[in-house]
Amino acid sequence: MIPRRKRMVVIGLLVVGMGLATALILQAFNQNLMYFYSTSDTVAGKAPSGRDFRIGGLVVKGSLQREPGGLSVRFTLTDLHQAVDVRYTGILPDLFREGQGIVANGQLGRDGVFIAREVLAKHDENYMPPEVAAALALTKANAQPSRETR
Amino acid sequence: MIAELGLFLLTLALGLALVQTLFPVVGLARGQDIWLAYVGPAARAQFGCLLAAFAALIHAFLTNDFTLAYVAHNSNSALPWLYRISAVWGAHEGSLLLWALILAGWTWAVSLRTERLPADIGAVVIGVMGAVSVAFLLFMLFTSNPFLRGLPAPADGADLNPLLQDPGLIIHPPILYMGYVGFAVPFAFAIAALVRGRLTPGWARWVRPWALAAWAFLTVGIALGSWWAYYELGWGGWWFWDPVENASFMPWLLGTALVHSLAVTDKRGSFKSWTVLLAIGAFSLSLLGTFLVRSGVLTSVHAFATDPERGIFVLLILGVTVGGSLALYAWRGPSMLAGGRYSPVSRETFLLANSLLLAVTTATIALGTLYPLVLDTLNLGKISVGPPYFNLVFGLMMAPLAVALGLGQFAHWREDNLARLWQRTRLVAGAALVLGLVTAGVIDGPQRVSAGVGLALAGWIIATSLRGLWARLAGRASWWGAVAALPASAYGQSLAHSGFAVAIAGVCLTTALSVDRHARMAPGDRLALAAYEFRFEALRDIIGPNYKASEARFTVWRAGQQVAELYPQKRLYNVRAMPLTEAGILPRLAGDLYISLGEPLEGQAWSVRISYKAYVRWVWLGALMMAGGGVLALRDRRYRQTVALPAQPRAASGA
Repeated sequence: MIPRRKRMVVIGLLVVGMGLATALILQAFNQNLMYFYSTSDTVAGKAPSGRDFRIGGLVVKGSLQREPGGLSVRFTLTDLHQAVDVRYTGILPDLFREGQGIVANGQLGRDGVFIAREVLAKHDENYMPPEVAAALALTKANAQPSRETR
Repeated sequence: MIAELGLFLLTLALGLALVQTLFPVVGLARGQDIWLAYVGPAARAQFGCLLAAFAALIHAFLTNDFTLAYVAHNSNSALPWLYRISAVWGAHEGSLLLWALILAGWTWAVSLRTERLPADIGAVVIGVMGAVSVAFLLFMLFTSNPFLRGLPAPADGADLNPLLQDPGLIIHPPILYMGYVGFAVPFAFAIAALVRGRLTPGWARWVRPWALAAWAFLTVGIALGSWWAYYELGWGGWWFWDPVENASFMPWLLGTALVHSLAVTDKRGSFKSWTVLLAIGAFSLSLLGTFLVRSGVLTSVHAFATDPERGIFVLLILGVTVGGSLALYAWRGPSMLAGGRYSPVSRETFLLANSLLLAVTTATIALGTLYPLVLDTLNLGKISVGPPYFNLVFGLMMAPLAVALGLGQFAHWREDNLARLWQRTRLVAGAALVLGLVTAGVIDGPQRVSAGVGLALAGWIIATSLRGLWARLAGRASWWGAVAALPASAYGQSLAHSGFAVAIAGVCLTTALSVDRHARMAPGDRLALAAYEFRFEALRDIIGPNYKASEARFTVWRAGQQVAELYPQKRLYNVRAMPLTEAGILPRLAGDLYISLGEPLEGQAWSVRISYKAYVRWVWLGALMMAGGGVLALRDRRYRQTVALPAQPRAASGA
């Protein structure tokens, strides 16, 4: 009788432990999910405030400005429809160039400027982040009907 | 001409792989052993064909044959010859050929040792590996032919991606593939055992060295990848939880569980069913890794082509393999449940617990890696899962694993007693706890708790490993005799476990103690960081074989003494016009000094990243120790003596 009760206690503890671990994992998972928003989504207010998200688009040519004497930069991202200003302090990746598609992680400031914690440009000169490619394709698709009606 | 010969050899290899796959089926269905006799020779001939085809592709690269589209896309006449060879596996088509070649190589090695196996099992093992080979050769011939001529041929090639022009990248892919593909051997054995319905303890002993070898290769391959990312990507990160890294890490985790589970099956006859499942799982995850990396669903330096046809082909291979083998397992697996019994407190229990923990860790990493892909495919939004998730979950899983690892070293097989176990371990546990508390006390900053826990666990693992070794030596009449008589696997086990501990310590310490600074610096500027002073001395332009570069000269000082002179570069590769950061690194066991150039600012000023990477080498040192332990265990003479065991029944029946 006693061994059986002991076994039940052990099994019960295991079940509770597994449940706790699962809950912890799923909570951590949920907290670390980062959603991607295009610049149009961001301007339209679909992106969350006070929470990290990813933004992507093309770096507008001629928009890159450096703060003299420091490492802060400011540039404009666009999906060819709406544009968002991005501010970043630090070293930009090797393949960051104007006209190139990039993705940035960070938060949207009150003034509508995106404060990037990290800027990502991938390891290939012909590369377009798929998120950016999709956002551009969407812009193009939305633009098509209006052109036809004109 | 040589390229056409290469293509012909590939086709021939496909034919031989078909013989290798179908002859065992026919032979066993008809009960005619003569069919089985052709299986081994076909496998060896297939390896010969692929080796020759691979040599043909190397020849095309060395002679700059830009009429081949693959060569034209990935090489250049100015590329140094060593990188022209490594460019062979620098992109999709060639790396697939390497995959197939390595699979054929493993099959060749297996075929040389099947005489000691029952003929039917040996034939099915080689047949299963042949089937995998058929799938990959078809994939290559239909969607990714490396010998395709592209006319008109360009005057010169588009060059190898500069990131891949690096000594570490010459050996990283072959070694990683040796690991990935090596898991095909235990997989084939599992399938053979399921098909033939026999799973004797001799089975586990036969598979163990193969699983160990594959695991050791994969360990080194992953460590090389991490080391390369550290010095070549120019930001000093050594693990990013990037989907491609995860793709290689998941089979490693299950492979680790497999190696241990096989040991229990070999020694105690338990865990048979679980071992078979792990063998299937480890190879399936290797295939999943190939799919993730090669299909273009992921975005990284590894994803060469975004060709949906290719992705569907690999997905098909994956589906058939995983679905088929799991269905077979469900059908035949229950017949092999019986095994050695053990009580809830025993070495078996701790091994089983860690096996399960490794499997759960694999599942959580798979969740973080695959969930974004699934959501994207279903058009439910684009998300990514941040590194903090992986760090937290991985840490949560590894802590109990480390505790159980140590307890398992002390626990007896079959039956033990908690009170007595505690008596044997409390001294070591106390010492480890003190080490952890001291660490947490000495270290400042937010990471002190995790560093303390990590060091306590590392100390616990090392102490229990050494104590386990000591227990096997003590009580012998002659100490030196005992040292020599102990099987190599005992030393391998201790070395590998100590390596795990060193890696844990490295990860925790480098996370807690490393410092990193971005600064704007011009020649003459100085920067103080972590007891060191970094002086930007001069800047000059240099010209390499296929690139131009700006090179900075830095001196590093500590307490008025110069400790290093570092030359970080920013290169611009001519053909692709692609910039690349070459970090200046002083490697040391206690911590690297790391400088990389960012971008040129106004005048002679640059943005510069300067880091002190505390104990980062311990991460790779630990991995190398783990692999070394695996290799040492391979040397165990039991594997050579007793591989003859399964053949005994045949000899008896023949007498």
